[in-house]
Amino acid sequence: MITLKINGKEHTVDVDPTMPLLWVIRDIIGFTGTKFGCGKGLCGACMVLMDGNAVNSCLMPVSTMEGREIITIEGETENLQALQKSWAELNVPQCGFCQSGQLITATSMLNNNPNPNEDEINGNMSRNICRCGTYTRIKGAINHCVEQKNKS
Amino acid sequence: MDPIKNISRRGFIKGIGLASGGLVLASTIYSFSKCNSETELVSEFNPNLFVQLNSDGSLILVASRSEMGQGVRTSLTSVIADEMEADWDRVIVKQATGDSKYGNQNTDGSRSVRILYQKMRQMGATVKAVLITAAVKYWGVPESECTAENHYIIHTSGKKIGFGDLVDIAKDLEIPKKVILKSPKDFKYIGKNLPSIDVENLSNGSAVFGLDKRVPNMKFAAIKRCPVTFGTVKTYDKTDALMVKGVLDVVEVPLLRKAFGSLGGVAVIATNTWAALKGRDALKIEWDDGDNASYNTESFMSTITANVQKAGQVEKSIGSVDDAFKKANKFVDATYQLPHLTHAPMEVPNAVVSVEEDSCEVWAPIQSPQAARREVANFLKLDEAKVIINVTLLGGGFGRKAKPDFIVEAAAISKAIKGPVQVVWSREDDIQHSYYHTVSAQYLKGALDSNGNVTGWLHRFAFPSIGSTFKPGTNLPQPWESSSAKDIPYDIPNMQIETGKADAHVRIGWYRSVINIPHGYAINVFADELAYEAGKDPLEFRLNLIGKDRVQETNDQYKYDTAKLKHVLKTAATNAGYSKQLPDGHAIGLAVHYSFYSHVAAAVEVSVVDGKLKVHQVNIVIDCGTAINRDTIKAQMEGSAIFGMSLAFYGKITAKNGVIEQSNFHDYQMLRMPDVPKIHVEIVESNDDPTGVGEPGVPVIAPAIINAIFKATGKRYRSLPLSDHGLV
Repeated sequence: MITLKINGKEHTVDVDPTMPLLWVIRDIIGFTGTKFGCGKGLCGACMVLMDGNAVNSCLMPVSTMEGREIITIEGETENLQALQKSWAELNVPQCGFCQSGQLITATSMLNNNPNPNEDEINGNMSRNICRCGTYTRIKGAINHCVEQKNKS
Repeated sequence: MDPIKNISRRGFIKGIGLASGGLVLASTIYSFSKCNSETELVSEFNPNLFVQLNSDGSLILVASRSEMGQGVRTSLTSVIADEMEADWDRVIVKQATGDSKYGNQNTDGSRSVRILYQKMRQMGATVKAVLITAAVKYWGVPESECTAENHYIIHTSGKKIGFGDLVDIAKDLEIPKKVILKSPKDFKYIGKNLPSIDVENLSNGSAVFGLDKRVPNMKFAAIKRCPVTFGTVKTYDKTDALMVKGVLDVVEVPLLRKAFGSLGGVAVIATNTWAALKGRDALKIEWDDGDNASYNTESFMSTITANVQKAGQVEKSIGSVDDAFKKANKFVDATYQLPHLTHAPMEVPNAVVSVEEDSCEVWAPIQSPQAARREVANFLKLDEAKVIINVTLLGGGFGRKAKPDFIVEAAAISKAIKGPVQVVWSREDDIQHSYYHTVSAQYLKGALDSNGNVTGWLHRFAFPSIGSTFKPGTNLPQPWESSSAKDIPYDIPNMQIETGKADAHVRIGWYRSVINIPHGYAINVFADELAYEAGKDPLEFRLNLIGKDRVQETNDQYKYDTAKLKHVLKTAATNAGYSKQLPDGHAIGLAVHYSFYSHVAAAVEVSVVDGKLKVHQVNIVIDCGTAINRDTIKAQMEGSAIFGMSLAFYGKITAKNGVIEQSNFHDYQMLRMPDVPKIHVEIVESNDDPTGVGEPGVPVIAPAIINAIFKATGKRYRSLPLSDHGLV
């Protein structure tokens, strides 16, 4: 039995300890906002926050997640919600499938660096692929979010 | 322009019946037969349901095309709402199930808006007319004194009544056969910027894609398919697979040798996806690879390259190219080679299927729900009426999800295990068992006179045809696969288009913008090569090549218009600062192409420093007739620029002994944020009929990059991807 803390709530699961966190979240616990894209940590669709930092949940054995604070796209944190608002305002998504991961990576970046410059945004966001090609809008929404936060 | 908001965002809701007591418009729209030539023919009338107005004023509009990021759920329904004078905030969009009553639902060929625009307008205008008649009855006033505005009927006296309050009267009224459509100047939503109706759900994880679908007692399945296309299972040992925790069963999936049939293999069924994948790894299978084990893309490229060096089948001939080459002051020739590509949508193919005794229900991200229904019904030997296809959101499609093979697989497994199952493809499955964009060789030869005018043009190409997927053995392009080379409106007195033979050894399929990628590439790069050989500026040279204003003969209402072609090209060049001084080492390359009835040009600024390419700026100009949702069109052009750059930089699928050598995003790479240039999009103002948007932005990107690299460095790259040349 493994106990996980996801979005502020504890979940106890009986699974193969090597099962990646991604599949525990999606298939066992049932939060489907976190996406499967490649299974190899290459595309970032499966990003979740682990103690505030973005990690590829497709690579993280669930047994290593005990005692960690996991936040998914369905969770609530200040930066995530501010970014989600910007995403909607700039009409960022096309198909939307990669956007959970993009938002989590961006949240992680702002958690560590509230005022990223362009190179820092490019560097951080290079962990994620968007096949529809919404990168320009993602960058725009991150900048918009930072501006809004700095105003308030 | 401020975007219009739908504050309620009730987007993708489930479980709304269309017969719950509101006003349901039973209208008629045309149904089209599937036709590769893009000339849809009216075959029959079907009654269809697209609008439901409830007495609380809520308005349910049905989207009959699949949403894969192109914004179709928003664009189609906003057209109804505009003509109806409905309040966009009251609109709920419901996705149609795969059913012929909704007309053709194939979401491909960049044609949803093009085909349905006028019909959706009529649908909205009809509802408006009925509501006005209802108000006339209610108030006892003349019709001429009533107008519709923002979900109300308003009388000249100033009194008004909400749409919802008219439902009881309206539902007993006759539906008018003829209605008056709005003047474009009065459009409220059409031509403006509407955000996606789904934007909030897509940003908070609540949107339901195929992979997110869950039904009671559903199991998960992963299939091991033969590494070689159409290979079959000889023997397999499931002992180890069954020992994996969570694995429930192992079953064989049949190979169905038809266009959308299952590839066949061995499926592992489990309580979760991870166990299914792990169990699959533990299978021991001996394959009969079959004929395609001989497929090596490297030697295949040599074969088709040799085929285009010799005379082929003549598809079109004007004047005499032989004479032109004899009399030429100078001739130029070049061979272009492009590899296979695969779509790699972020959401892998997947499907949930529940087969019951005499019925079947499907939930899947599918571009062709009616083809899926037909294939599943055929496979299960059921009436189509007994098969329900629920279309989820698609996490990207790009043509891959136009083929319902993965749904047939799920149907086969559900039938075998007698319960609902979700088939999940891994990324490796997706890259290695796709319907590939074709591999091509093209030879072009041009004759120049002493003034540098082009007097002869020979274009010969060979590539495995999509026809081979439907009719095995097909080894010449289908007529529609030649048209993007045949129809170029260049003002050249002697032209000849020829095709060469090419056999298919993998499944060949549609990929965003299809054959326009190789044709648009070769034609645009070769025109640029001719310009330099003629000693002329590529822009002026190209404008002369297109020649005087004229309209290409076509057998439909859409016109290949040289004035539009020149306009988009000139505008793209101007927007890019073509004639301005650029930073040292920078250069602008141009490309222009007509596809899916839209005229599109790109002007791309690049530099090559220390042998490494940087794309600084992409300028795209599109003339797509009437713009329905400007922000969506802009987004599609931005996406096309990235899609085109990805294939130019990295796109290459190769096969060795029939096995695809790439497997995931490390060796089939996509553009990432650090390589993204500034992208500027201009949409030409037009009141002409709307034309394609989803695909026509793609073909111009790669050739514009190649032409820019030549201008910057003097080096001409005639094959892709650029990673093969060490440039990226």
